[in-house]
Amino acid sequence: MNSSAPGLQAKTRLFTCIVVLTNVLGNFALSWGMKHGAVMDGSAISFVRVVFDPWVLVGIAILAGWVLSRMALLSWADLSYVIPVTSVGFVLNAIMGYLFLNEQISPMRWLGTLFIVGGTVLVGLTSVNTTGVPTK
Amino acid sequence: MNRWALIAIIVGATVASDMLQSWEMKRQGEVTDFRIDRLLGTLLGKLPMIASVVFLAISFYAFLALLQIADLSFAVPATALSIVAETILARILLREQVTPARWAGVVLVAIGVWFLAL
Repeated sequence: MNSSAPGLQAKTRLFTCIVVLTNVLGNFALSWGMKHGAVMDGSAISFVRVVFDPWVLVGIAILAGWVLSRMALLSWADLSYVIPVTSVGFVLNAIMGYLFLNEQISPMRWLGTLFIVGGTVLVGLTSVNTTGVPTK
Repeated sequence: MNRWALIAIIVGATVASDMLQSWEMKRQGEVTDFRIDRLLGTLLGKLPMIASVVFLAISFYAFLALLQIADLSFAVPATALSIVAETILARILLREQVTPARWAGVVLVAIGVWFLAL
């Protein structure tokens, strides 16, 4: 990634924030919706009805923004940059659960989350292309 | 259905979706034309991409079902198990070279998920 241009650096920071925030807020909205009214009981109609729950709908819309902003970021930034910096989302998801969903998070769960972030960062630091696939 | 069965479905469907996407996208070559109509026309006409979307939908619904019965602070990190499965399958099926550093990262993720289960 050529990040020397100040404009590109600012754009990269902005999109990194958008990717992380849309992931965290989208998952939070889905979680809130599924715990406050939306029901999936296995019937065919419930699979359709659940996506029209307002919170689930908001979650889907935000996660669509996550997919698009991540695709945009990946179009100029290295995957090996995107994976580690966005893995902070694992911790932010846990914090959202703790603060707004009254989830009890044991020390073991915090530790597990930190291990996952560490592992994701380590994976992100490795080469993005190990098969020598030619690019146009 | 218990939460680990749902995680197994999420991980299995995510891995299947990503493997199909990765395989088809490598076959297509690097994307240089980002116009949405071109992208959709090129990609969604391919059987592996259609199958990939179906698996993605299965993964999404299983994730919703998981959020219905489990904490957000459990559900999101637990789905990172797909990183472990994908790395193993990428090595076996896509013949990617997995460096020791990447294996170490995968082991850390696996340990993290194991801690979540305790």
